[in-house]
Amino acid sequence: MKKLVVVGNGMAGVACVEQILKHAPQFEITIFGDETHVNYNRILLSSVLAGEKSVDDITLNDLQWYGRHNIRLQLGVRVVDLDFERKAVTADDGSVTPFDKVLLATGSSPVMPPIEGIEKDGVFVFRTLDDTRALLARARKGLRAVVIGGGLLGLEAARGLQLQGCEVTVVHLMDTLMERQLDFAAGQCLKSKMESVGIEVLLGRATSAIVGGRRVEAIVFRGGTSIRADLIVVAAGIRPNVELARMAGLRVNRGIEVNDYMETSHPDVFAVGECVEHRGICYGLVAPLLEQGKVVAATITGNKGPVYEGSVQAAKLKIMGVDVFSAGVFNEEAPGTDVVRYEDPALGIYKKLTLSDGKLAGAILVGDTSDSHRYMGWLRSGQDLASVRHKLLFPGPAEDSGLDIAQMPDTETVCGCMGVTKGTIIHAIHEQGIQTLPQLKECTRASTGCGSCTDLCQQFLKAVVPEFQEETKRTLCKCVPFAEDNLRDILRSQKLRSVQEVLDIYGNGQGCEICKPALSYMLDMLWCGGHDEDRSARFINDRVHANIQKDGTFSVVPRMRGGVTSPDELRRIADVAERYRVRMVKITGSQRIDLLGVQKSDLPKIWADLGMPSGQAYTKGVRMVKTCVGTDFCRFGVQDSTSAGIELERRLENLYTPHKVKMGAVGCPRNCAEATVKDIGLVGQEGSWQVVVGGAAGKKVRKADLLITVGTTAEALEAAEVFFQYYRENANYLERSYDFVERLGIEKVRKETAYATDAAKSALLDRLRKSKALARDAWLERDVPKVATQFVQIEPLEEVLA
Amino acid sequence: MNQPRKWIRVTHCHNIPLREGRAVKAGNHEVAIFNLGDRFLAIDNRCPHGGGPLSEGIVSGPTVVCPLHAWKVNLETGSVTSPGNTRPCLATFSTRVENGVVSIEVPIESATNEDVPADCIAHGGVASWLTSSRLANG
Repeated sequence: MKKLVVVGNGMAGVACVEQILKHAPQFEITIFGDETHVNYNRILLSSVLAGEKSVDDITLNDLQWYGRHNIRLQLGVRVVDLDFERKAVTADDGSVTPFDKVLLATGSSPVMPPIEGIEKDGVFVFRTLDDTRALLARARKGLRAVVIGGGLLGLEAARGLQLQGCEVTVVHLMDTLMERQLDFAAGQCLKSKMESVGIEVLLGRATSAIVGGRRVEAIVFRGGTSIRADLIVVAAGIRPNVELARMAGLRVNRGIEVNDYMETSHPDVFAVGECVEHRGICYGLVAPLLEQGKVVAATITGNKGPVYEGSVQAAKLKIMGVDVFSAGVFNEEAPGTDVVRYEDPALGIYKKLTLSDGKLAGAILVGDTSDSHRYMGWLRSGQDLASVRHKLLFPGPAEDSGLDIAQMPDTETVCGCMGVTKGTIIHAIHEQGIQTLPQLKECTRASTGCGSCTDLCQQFLKAVVPEFQEETKRTLCKCVPFAEDNLRDILRSQKLRSVQEVLDIYGNGQGCEICKPALSYMLDMLWCGGHDEDRSARFINDRVHANIQKDGTFSVVPRMRGGVTSPDELRRIADVAERYRVRMVKITGSQRIDLLGVQKSDLPKIWADLGMPSGQAYTKGVRMVKTCVGTDFCRFGVQDSTSAGIELERRLENLYTPHKVKMGAVGCPRNCAEATVKDIGLVGQEGSWQVVVGGAAGKKVRKADLLITVGTTAEALEAAEVFFQYYRENANYLERSYDFVERLGIEKVRKETAYATDAAKSALLDRLRKSKALARDAWLERDVPKVATQFVQIEPLEEVLA
Repeated sequence: MNQPRKWIRVTHCHNIPLREGRAVKAGNHEVAIFNLGDRFLAIDNRCPHGGGPLSEGIVSGPTVVCPLHAWKVNLETGSVTSPGNTRPCLATFSTRVENGVVSIEVPIESATNEDVPADCIAHGGVASWLTSSRLANG
């Protein structure tokens, strides 16, 4: 076996190794990485900073992968010498590793401009996972962050910091943003978009100094003006890491020079990625990696032949709500160049195509990037556009959504980051039996880069796999465009306690009838009742603790635990019904009594007169436990379901849940109180209880799944509580337990509740108890209303008629 | 058309919590007054759909969401923004704040002189308009 040493454990190095592994095995491979992490997706660091993805989400190759392929991985170690005489590399830990071939994938580093004070505490760069972690550790609500550099990375860093709660200003040397990818008009359009999401942009500012004590305090511009800064990110460009190559005597210009076979000036050394210079170009993007990797893999394994001829440069800004795409070149002055432009400033849409000799040379899209893959296809293929010239910017709606993808040639690249073509994807689907997006990602790597081709990949799956079900990352709503599990993480880590704070930082500042109640619930659940309650974010039922009816009156349902009441309670209910002229008194399906047609202003008096707690019949919360008479009276009862049901209701009442929770407890399998069609049911049997979950007898009828069978009532109650809290913490808002259990699968639910470790179970129970300790009977607000005028009819201070 | 109108003082600002509405009976009208933080907006308190009390709705920017069936009404124009996007349908009322008291400007005439907006045909708006007026006359 020959020895291959790979210097660099980033996307480029590992992408090449993956290609080399596709050839017949002939190398013992050692990979050196000076970062301490396995290969991760560097492009998505901005999503980690934004809190949209976790570190695990962006891992590309886990440790098992290295092990599976017998790759020796040296992390946190930097190669400092490349010795051709001894044919060995020396690392900064003193180790010497012999090689037959070397692959350099050393990447690039942030450029640090010579600014006075740049070494101060509080100045960061944004390049690695550690940089991102350091930023996350420092960034917090209310800090003033300044990003130096208005390029792709700087803008993404700015948005990430803003989502961490910072007030952000982007300072750019040039007079337009992303000037290497955008023209002036597009840059202006981008600027106003950044401003509209709340990020300040200062153009044409040269930073002359960073001032402060040990820590940064302000940034000073040439000309003398300054702005306050608690935190500074330098994103002023990148520079290829060439020192190792230069010291080894390889030919180096701006990057390490390589030919079309990815060979350097030494026959045993190859180079790929951001550290190379190919035909005079240094690429700072992932897109060419796979193309380069395939070529180098062929060359290095003795299959020299394929050549790399350069890539179309493309950039896509990954900021939600700020769509920017740019590809190719924009030399408008060159002879034979035509420019096609479309602009709608009010909508913030700007599109420009540059054509050279009738072929597409460059594309800029701001505000609407939905056609970017079409333009990338034209750029790569270099096809003559005469036949589509009249509708370059307007493809017109495709009558058949499958038509668009059917028309794509097999050679067209779908995933620019990973260099995956339509042909590869279709082949994988047919040959490997792929049915889901995660499978497709794992098999082809498509859509594991920036993720902008995810939609397209889904379309392929939809078109080719008959049983394909779309994987949709459902976001909460348009106001707060995050998936709910993401949001829960964000709110917890950012310690946000009020709905308006969340809307201001992560949303559009306004909110709507969908997100406001959802966020209210989430905050209540996450902080176990210790959130800042804002009634304006609650649906009317949760402001007045009664259910609004079609005529604007309300219904009142007092709590009757287990459906058990008393003559005294019934007398009070009867008195109230008469005293307040209740229009209808009705026995509900939940073994309770409903008083219908009540005026809002009467509610506090009625609650007081009833002297019973709220039954929460108006809210997404704990409704009731329906019971049978169990062993008390029934000839067949084998468990005391009445007491068990009352106890369960007592333990969970006054708590809020993603959707309503109706429960039941029955004393024998005859199931008289229908426990098997409840969200949580206790089904008594001789000597044991079955705890069942996810039942339904509403819009949908579903028999509950068996969670666990236990011997004692205490165990049954605890199992129900564990599931209850697990549902509270993991279901999406308005997701009933039966949809939740179906979505996760009962096996997973069981594993994480009934069969979870004792530690996990007691953690769930602890949080439940904590919430319960702060939970109050909502009807006690009759004495101390949360909002003074909640139940008061406001009378004008003066009459209308004079 | 040019009905005489009158400013009436309604209530102290703090009685209408931030981003909430409160209903108030002002002569022939039941008016919903909303506190948007930087201003107060007032609108007829009957949703043109099912007559729902808009004052009890969740506020979303300059819009209120009816608590009954989630119709959305723009508080500035009185038009329904969802479902569809109709022309102004509900009467809106000018507001002002003086010495911490919200005032609204209402017509002083009885319902007979009221002009029903001509565009109120959509979604059965006319019927509910008349109903609400009649109810208000009591």
